[in-house]
Parts: sequence; C-alpha cells; structure tokens
Amino acid sequence: MTVGRILLDAAASLTTPLLPDDYLGLIDPLWSRRGLRGRVEAVRREAAGVATLVIRPGAGWNEHRAGQYVRIGVNVDGVWHWRPYSVSSAPRDPGGVISITVKALPDGKLSGRLVEGVPPGAIVRLEKPRGCFVLPQVLPPRLLFVTAGSGITPVMSMLRGLAQGGEMPDAVVVHSAPTRDDVIFGTELRELAARFPTLRLHEHHTRVPGGPARRLTMAALPAICPDWAERPAWVCGPPGMLADAEAWWRRAGVADHLRVERFRPAEAPGGGTGGRVRFARSGRQAQAGGNTSLLAVGEDAGVLMPSGCRMGICHSCLAQLTSGRVRDLRTGREHGAQGELVQTCVSGAAGDVEIDL
Amino acid sequence: MARRTALTAAEADEFGRALDQLREEVLAGRGEGDARYIRRVIAVQRGLEMGGRVVLFASLLPPAWLAGTTMLATAKILENMEIGHNVLHGQWDWMCDPEIHSTTWEWDSASPAAQWKHSHNYVHHTYTNILGKDRDIGYSLLRVKSEQRWHPAYLAQPLYNLALAAVFEWGIALYDTEIERAWRGEKSWGQTWAQLQVSLRKAGRQAVKDYVAFPLLAGPAFLPVLFANLTANVTRNVWAHTIIFCGHFPEGAEAFTEEQVEGETRGGWYARQVLGSANIDGPALLHLMSGNLSFQIEHHLFPDLPSNRYAQLAPQVRALCERFGLPYTTGGLLRQTANVWKRVIRLSLPGPAPAVADSATS
Ligand SMILES: Cc1cc2nc3c(=O)[nH]c(=O)nc-3n(C[C@H](O)[C@H](O)[C@H](O)COP(=O)(O)OP(=O)(O)OC[C@H]3O[C@@H](n4cnc5c(N)ncnc54)[C@H](O)[C@@H]3O)c2cc1C
Ligand code: FES
Repeated sequence: MTVGRILLDAAASLTTPLLPDDYLGLIDPLWSRRGLRGRVEAVRREAAGVATLVIRPGAGWNEHRAGQYVRIGVNVDGVWHWRPYSVSSAPRDPGGVISITVKALPDGKLSGRLVEGVPPGAIVRLEKPRGCFVLPQVLPPRLLFVTAGSGITPVMSMLRGLAQGGEMPDAVVVHSAPTRDDVIFGTELRELAARFPTLRLHEHHTRVPGGPARRLTMAALPAICPDWAERPAWVCGPPGMLADAEAWWRRAGVADHLRVERFRPAEAPGGGTGGRVRFARSGRQAQAGGNTSLLAVGEDAGVLMPSGCRMGICHSCLAQLTSGRVRDLRTGREHGAQGELVQTCVSGAAGDVEIDL
Repeated sequence: MARRTALTAAEADEFGRALDQLREEVLAGRGEGDARYIRRVIAVQRGLEMGGRVVLFASLLPPAWLAGTTMLATAKILENMEIGHNVLHGQWDWMCDPEIHSTTWEWDSASPAAQWKHSHNYVHHTYTNILGKDRDIGYSLLRVKSEQRWHPAYLAQPLYNLALAAVFEWGIALYDTEIERAWRGEKSWGQTWAQLQVSLRKAGRQAVKDYVAFPLLAGPAFLPVLFANLTANVTRNVWAHTIIFCGHFPEGAEAFTEEQVEGETRGGWYARQVLGSANIDGPALLHLMSGNLSFQIEHHLFPDLPSNRYAQLAPQVRALCERFGLPYTTGGLLRQTANVWKRVIRLSLPGPAPAVADSATS
C-alpha cells in the first residue's frame, strides 16, 4: 500500500459513509473525484447554431487522444442529461482545457442548451474520453478525411494535434456543409491548408441558389482525391453519408481502410408496438412507445441507466432482459430471449418488457 | 378512539382520482427549483458537519464544545431526516444524479441503506398500520395499538421505550434484520445472520468514526470530542424517535386488520394512509428538521414526491379529507408527543378493548 492510499483510507474513515471527495467538492466541484466534473470557461460562437465550449476538467481527467469523444452531463431543469461529444481541441492543451463543438438541433433536448444556454462558470459532469476513431500511433504517410457538418469535430482535433507538432503528413480533407459560411472552423481550416502545402482542403457546398441541395456522395471522391483507395480514411457525418461510404469502400475491396464515427444511429423506418416497461430492481415502470429507446424510457422514469455512446456501439448500456421482447431500433429486428443482455440505447419495447435494473 | 370513517367504493375511487391529480400536478412542475433545494440542504448539512467537527477540536473550551455539538447534532438530524430518509425513498431519483439517488445513497446511521429500504419503503409503506403485517407497529417491541394482544413484558415498555429513544439508530439496525421473524421460523437464520453481519460492519464503521477516529485526532480533547459525538448521536436518536412515533402512534392514527384491507383499491389504500398517519403542526424549521415527516399524511400518500413539496400539498390534501369526511389528524409537537407517551404508558397495562372496527372502505 502506498502512503497516499493509506492516507486516503484514513480520511475515508472520517467521512464514512461519504467520501472525502464529497466534502472537497463543496469547496470546489472540480476537486471531487467521485464524479468527474468540468467548468465551462468560455463559449465561442463558430457558425450559425454552432458553438464551442471550452471546459476545464477537474481531478481524475485523462488526456484524450485526438478523435475521441467525451460524455458530458448537463443539468437541465434539475435533471442530468448525458450526451457524447467529440473533443475538438488538440490533445495536451498547455492551459489544461478541452473543447467540444456542438451544433444545435432544432428539436434536440440538449444541443440547443449547450449552444445557447450554458453560461461560463457552469459546472458540467464528464466521463473519461473514449472511442477508437483515432489516428494510429505510427502515422501513415497519406491520410484522407471525409466529413460533413459537425462531423468535422473529431477530425479537427486530429488536424490541430498534427499542426501543433509542426509536421503535417500528406492529408486530404473533404468537407461538406450547406454554404461556405456554415463550415465549422472554416477560417482555421483554410489557414491550415495555406500554412501546410501537404494539407489539401476540398470544400463541398450543398446549397445551390435556386436549385435542389447537392449532396456530397462518395462517387465524387475519385475526382477529388484520385488515390483515395490507397489512403486510410476517417469519415464522420450523417447516417446517409456513412452508409454511402461503407458501401463505397466495401465495393472497392478496401473496407479495412475505412474508419467511421457515428453521431447518431441509423434508424430503421417503421414503428414498433411499444409496451409497459418495468425496471425490476428500481421498482419503476413506464409506458413506452415502440420507437423510444429503453434507455430514454428509464431515464425519464428516474432509473440510473448505464450508458455511453447512446447509439449502439460501445455496449456500456447493456442490461438484462428478464421478460418480454425488444426491437432493434436500427434494423427493426425483434429479438429477446430471457436473460439476454440488450443494448438499451438502441432497443425499443416490443410489447411489455422487464429489465433487470 | 376516533370513530372510523368509511368511504363507499365510489367515494374511494373519487378520492383516489383527486389525489392522483394532485400528484400529477407536482410531477409536472418538478424542476430546477426543487433540485436546487436538495442540493442546498445537502451543502448546508455537510458544511454544518465539517464546521461542527472543526469547532470540536477546541472543545476543551466549554463554549466551543456547546457550539460544535449543536452544529454536529443539527447536521446529523438533517442528514438522517430531510436528506437520507427522503433520498432513500427515491424522492430525488428523477434528477438522474448518481450522487443523489436511492440506489447509491448511504446514510450516517447504523442501519445499512439497503436493509432499511426493504423494511421501510416496502413493508411499512405498503402495509401501513396493518396489524401483523406492518412491522413498524411498535417495532415488534412495544404495544402501541390496543388491538395488539397484551403480554406481561409490556409492563416495562415505558422504560424500554425511553431506552429505545436513546439508541434508536441501533434499534432500527437490529430491527431491519428482522430477527424476530427468524425466531418465529418465517425466515432462515442464515439469511438473518448474513444481514446482521452487514449491519455490524456498517455500524462498526460509523462507531469508529465518532468514537475512535475523531476523538483520537483531537488529541488532548479526546474525551470532550467523544462525549460531543455521543451527545450528537443521542440527540439525533431521541429526535428521530420522537418524530417517527408522532407519525403513526398518537390517538387518531388507526390500525387495520388484514381482513379489512382485502381487495383494497388504490383509493382505499390512500384512505388507509390518511387514517393511519398523523401530522405535526409547527414552524418551517420544525418541518425541515423532521425531514418533512411532520407532513406524515402527505408523505404516506406520496412517499416518492420531493419532501419540499409536502407543505404546499398539505392544505389541498386536508381540504380533500374534509370533503370526504376523513379525519385529518394533526397537532403540535408537544401535544402529539405527550399523546404518544400517554398511550405507551396506558397500553403497558391490559386493555382497553379496541373500538369496533370498520374498514377504510366498505
Ligand atoms: C461519438 C459521438 C460523438 C459526437 N460528437 C458530436 C459533436 O462533436 N458535435 C455535435 O454537435 N454532436 C455530436 N454528437 C451528437 C450528440 O451526442 C447529440 O446526439 C446531439 O447533440 C443531439 O442531442 P440533443 O439532445 O440535442 O438531441 P435529442 O433530444 O437526443 O434528439 C432530438 C432529435 O434529433 C435526432 N438526432 C439525434 N442526434 C442527431 C444528430 N447527431 N444529428 C441529427 N439529428 C439527430 C433524434 O433522432 C431526435 O429526433 C456525437 C455523438 C456521438 C455518438
Ligand atoms: S450506450 Fe453505447 S451501445 Fe448503448
């Protein structure tokens, strides 16, 4: 046992059943290691409906790798809501802060709050960064990034990290946004491209005056970047674009060159039946629609639901199904054997279900 | 004994619907104001506790001893009553805050939260005042309802109720392991022993903190600190005992038999909660320090609504009770306490015959 450990144990025997951190947190919330916290230090407007939050993480934070995301908990009307956001700042910030960049969704619960309503000084909760949408330790000589809208955020962290190192490998950034002004980090991206001859930026603007929107499709890629198939690629954007990319790379037989980051699950069309959801251990229940995730149902009922990405990739939300069947919100497939572990974030109730939470 | 007022099935349903609506109104308005309230109470409580313990380092000086002990006792009361009891009821679960949640909370009491949640939230709140089901009727120790059969051991109950008040948290911890059910063969000794071990470990940590760790840390003030912590704990125990006994045991709070509640509807359940509980009148400070159990009736109707809302619900609940002719028992702290003690003393002797019982609904 280290001296620190012994001291900590001794302190805990003075604060039992609480932890010393529960008291430290009263003095400064960032000192509490019981739940990682961050303080919003600045809110910067990036584009219409987009803002960057500069956050100082408290004790217990681990440095992120460029491209990773962090889950952040925000108090809205007394209730804590959690969402994942890619860290947009470079790793190892000398000032010890990180930033996330959020695009407000018109009918979103949290994104609008983050963009408009978080005053500097506000305390948010954090989790340690995770995700494997990162650059490899040994940098490949040539890289390709394809992003759309807020999908630039993880890539921005990578580019900033590379620029900080002073050396930019041969990188092509293909970015899609409605107009030139809507490009998040537009000025900075253009400056980087001007500063590093090895960095090529291709902007695709979808809004054409008087005409229908011109989506960026992968079919346009060979014209923009002829050696695309030889480059490891990082792609982040809306579900439609990711589906297009996955099919494109697969067809070319180079699927292993492609890494994608999803901000939201691809949803299956059509509706499930819904039903009564019982949370066995918390003794709570609620009526659920067929298209609402069990995760959201539980959170609304005040059950402490484990979660992570909230979109079916990280498996942090697994919970045991003790009775009933669920519908996979991404594929529409119904499944559920008793005792099966289901991902609550992408499972809706198909009839009455009981979850062991 | 107060006359039991019966509701017809239709009245009970209507009473139930009216209460459900009150509940919905509170749920719809729950928000940041409520969240701020509980966070503030917790911060004040922790501040008082830290402050009290720091002041007690100077407890060789009598004024410091008095100030420190008062702060600590106040903190301990808040911690158990307004915070612990209510958080463990799930009143604050809606905030989805893992640090203020019934499934993660542990309190400064000998009884482990998990065991207490079973015996209190489930057994007592479901079977409130049903003889033979609600183990909280006299805590399997006292005769507080004339319907309980008399036994010569009850002759001494005024004395051991006094003793229970002083060691209330330990009594509750022991009681939560349901030893008497193991004795009667309703529960295995193995399970009871396992629960007892968990209790002992929890209680041990609490005892080491108050009676070893802090006194040792105080060095020359070892004895004054030990005595201060003991005083704070006993004060908290006596206070909790007083408030809790005023909740179900004064005159007017009725007991029921299992037959009476057979086939009980939601409205009937509500009516039983009203008939079986008693409020305490007093200033806001009394409500805070009693964990709002001074609104015992409202708490029993809506055990999982945030406690800060009971005060606002009370006049509405009272008006409903008047409309349906249900007695709404309430009184000042002194009166209710005297009433409880009168009853404890009276029922230590045989009799009186229980009043003829209607059920909560007919
Ligand atoms: C790994 C990861 C990283 C992310 N990084 C970022 C980031 O850097 N910047 C950023 O702005 N967002 C990012 N997101 C998305 C973010 O987590 C939220 O989903 C988003 O901000 C919407 O939250 P909300 O509470 O406003 O919407 P909700 O109230 O959760 O949803 C409202 C409606 O919007 C739809 N919806 C949900 N997510 C999206 C979406 N991403 N795009 C369009 N519609 C959606 C829902 O189906 C629903 O109908 C990331 C998500 C993941 C999984
Ligand atoms: S939260 Fe990540 S898979 Fe469900």
